[in-house]
Amino acid sequence: MKNLLHIVFLIPLLPFFGFVINGLGRKYLTKGLIGIVGCGSVLVSFLISVWVFTEVKNGNTYIASYFDFIKVGDLTIPFAFQIDQLSSLFLLIITGVGFLIHVYSTSYMHGEEDDHFGRYFSYLNLFVFSMLLLVLGANYVIMFIGWEGVGLCSYLLIGYWFKNTGFNKAANKAFIMNRIGDLAFLIAVFWIISKVGNVNYGDVFAFAQANKFTTTDLTAITILLFIGATGKSAQIPLYTWLPDAMAGPTPVSALIHAATMVTAGIYMIARSNILYSLSPVTMNIVAIIGLATALVAATIALRQNDIKKVLAYSTVSQLGYMFLALGTGAYVAAVFHVMTHAFFKALLFLGSGSVIHAMGGEQDIRKMGGLSKHMKTTHATFLIGCLAIAGIPGLSGFFSKDEILAGAFAKSPVFYAIALGTALLTAFYMFRMYATTFKGTFRGTHEQEHHLHESPAAITVPLVILAILSVIGGYVGVPEFIIHGAHFLGDFLFPVFAASYEVLKPHEISHQTEWILTGISTALILVMVIFAWTRYSRKPDMEDAKGFGKILQHKWYVDELYEKIIVRPLNALASFLNEVFEKTVLDGMVNGVGRLVNYGSRQLRLLQSGQVGSYVLLMVVGMLLFFVFQFFLRK
Amino acid sequence: MGITQILFWLLSVMALFSALMVVTNKNPVYSVLWLILAFFAISGHFLMLNAQFLFIVNIIVYAGAIMVLFLFVIMLINLNKESEPRKNIWIKFAGALAGGCLLLVLVAALRNSDLKGQVAQVKEGSIGLIKNLGMELFSTYVVPFEISSILFLSAMVGAVVIGKKE
Amino acid sequence: MPINYYIFLAISLFCIGIVGVLTRRNAIIIFMCIELMLNAVNLLLVAFSKMHHLNGVAQGNPAAGTDGQLFVFFIMVVAAAEVSVGLAIIVMMYRNIHSVDVNFLNRLKH
Repeated sequence: MKNLLHIVFLIPLLPFFGFVINGLGRKYLTKGLIGIVGCGSVLVSFLISVWVFTEVKNGNTYIASYFDFIKVGDLTIPFAFQIDQLSSLFLLIITGVGFLIHVYSTSYMHGEEDDHFGRYFSYLNLFVFSMLLLVLGANYVIMFIGWEGVGLCSYLLIGYWFKNTGFNKAANKAFIMNRIGDLAFLIAVFWIISKVGNVNYGDVFAFAQANKFTTTDLTAITILLFIGATGKSAQIPLYTWLPDAMAGPTPVSALIHAATMVTAGIYMIARSNILYSLSPVTMNIVAIIGLATALVAATIALRQNDIKKVLAYSTVSQLGYMFLALGTGAYVAAVFHVMTHAFFKALLFLGSGSVIHAMGGEQDIRKMGGLSKHMKTTHATFLIGCLAIAGIPGLSGFFSKDEILAGAFAKSPVFYAIALGTALLTAFYMFRMYATTFKGTFRGTHEQEHHLHESPAAITVPLVILAILSVIGGYVGVPEFIIHGAHFLGDFLFPVFAASYEVLKPHEISHQTEWILTGISTALILVMVIFAWTRYSRKPDMEDAKGFGKILQHKWYVDELYEKIIVRPLNALASFLNEVFEKTVLDGMVNGVGRLVNYGSRQLRLLQSGQVGSYVLLMVVGMLLFFVFQFFLRK
Repeated sequence: MGITQILFWLLSVMALFSALMVVTNKNPVYSVLWLILAFFAISGHFLMLNAQFLFIVNIIVYAGAIMVLFLFVIMLINLNKESEPRKNIWIKFAGALAGGCLLLVLVAALRNSDLKGQVAQVKEGSIGLIKNLGMELFSTYVVPFEISSILFLSAMVGAVVIGKKE
Repeated sequence: MPINYYIFLAISLFCIGIVGVLTRRNAIIIFMCIELMLNAVNLLLVAFSKMHHLNGVAQGNPAAGTDGQLFVFFIMVVAAAEVSVGLAIIVMMYRNIHSVDVNFLNRLKH
């Protein structure tokens, strides 16, 4: 009697059908139908995910093997899904938040033509399918299929408005940077295959726990996997694509670049936690890079004026936090933050979408202001989102961020200090943006002011739902020192990380220390919030920054640096290869063969003079040669 | 050196010399005449080998009929003085070279052949007599003989058809 | 006569004929050189027939070499037919282009 969970293949299959139906039928279906197919498939997947979650909560974990994907020599890679606590949690997040964003999109993308509307939803469904494959996979290869798939959909959706060259370049940038990470990921997978013999999680982790990997092997594999994660989850050095990816429609930014795709790297490391726990060198690297990214991105966000760019850098910064958590061994904290971040970041992005919609496409916050009077629901939900991300106690962000900070402190007070500083910057820039957009007086044009209105229900209802989740979502992870035994999430995820806890033996910090730390951080954050709110309501940043601020506004000139040392030499190399090598050598060779044949044939054609005399001569010569051969050269 | 040998060498020299003259002479009529002389020399060889029938037939058919036909045609197209413009010297050279090489190769090939000691019978041997040849011709080779008459017929028809003025 | 002498004589005549074919431009002269070649072959055949006759008689076969001479007979037959047709063609050629130069016969080029 097979496990009931065997039907879990339906979860990714339904969005895949949605992709096919909307993709093929986009010219024939009406917008309503497209919307129903698109949203409905994700909704049903969500319901099945809920059932799966309850099953897992009752202790029923399962690996559902369907068929052999690759079977070559000694290597068998099955197409199998692993349902356990980690994957079922991610399933809920992906399908749940995904469904809300799908509903939002039906209203947001309403202005598109029918077949482009269908194209959008088919891409979105394809994305959900790929992401589900990624988290459901029971081995690294299936995960990689999803990994590539989400990269592809990211490219397709960023470049959705393909008529704009700038957007296409942004899409290219995203895809190419992803690809660099993917190369590292693939090398790691090959390494694993060469050492372990297959890529199933169970086998690889057992191999690691039995200490059969050498230290170099393990460190190299984990570093390579991490480089893949930096590409996908926008960490230093492969993060510059994320802000550019804001060229895509706002729901896309919400779904892909806030809630799901960028968390793929976190998922991958969380899944491979035992590998990382066994290589302390990599853990340090992960933590340091995460911390650095969080700090740098936060500084850049201080000076951005596009509402979506602020949120983009905020995402990069929050992802840095999650990697910091992973690097310090606080795996549960990282996953917790993924969950809460999905809620409030999606909320913030969707809210910004609502604002952009009301402003008729304007994204510059300097031209906004005083919107709280015109858009009540959007304003309220946006405020909740800002409070959550800042880490105000009582909201979800507080619990997850606090756990990360505690983990950082357990590792080293320096980490804690920098992380705390970044949290303060987060609060500051978020409320700078909030106050500039919603408070103060309206600074836009008259037509924009007339156009201001609250968005329709399909937009505001998801906002409200996400706001509620941002508030209550944290209560599944109430830390020990506040209420004993209330960290449901930690208990739920314990089996996934049990092996790592044995290896790492995380040292607890005393409850008293925790109260002190929490108190300090909360107090400082509140100060920052009030400071930013009051300052920017009265005097928003209107001119371009000068001095140090200029560097921040220009994103530490990293893009320019990359352009100079990587893009330009590569382009030069490519054009050199094209002009010189391709045209002269390769084309020359190919054309040369043709020209040689031509020349030869022209010479040979002279033989056909039509003169009988020369024919006879040739005959005689031939006879001569024949006789010579016959009599003298044959022994 | 017996009379046979002298005769052989004489006839050989005559044949070779006439052949050379045929090839190198400018006037086509002279070439024809030299060729007739060459045919006579070869027929002389036939006689020496006691191939009497072939000796007679060679003279009558080749030197008599075929060469006369050549002369007719030369007179017809009025080629009394050869006005052959300067042929490309290289072609001539190549031709001569090729022919010379062929000569050398063949001679070299056959110098040490198995036939070294063999002798062709001169002055005796009755197979050249017309009676013996006739017996063989009409018994074993009668079919080719009849077919050759058809060949003549077709050649005649062909010549007439080609020569018609349409 | 040792057969070698006849072989060399025939080869010489044959090669002179080839040189003539390659060298001359007059179609009729070329034709004549072909006849010369044929005759050289005839000579060789007759010489061989006598050689075989000699060997055959030594082995008790009196009619050993007749094939060679009959072959010569047929060669003459064919040569006669060929000459008649060939000369007809040459006459036709002359009628059309008023020359018997073979260099003008380059229609095979097209």
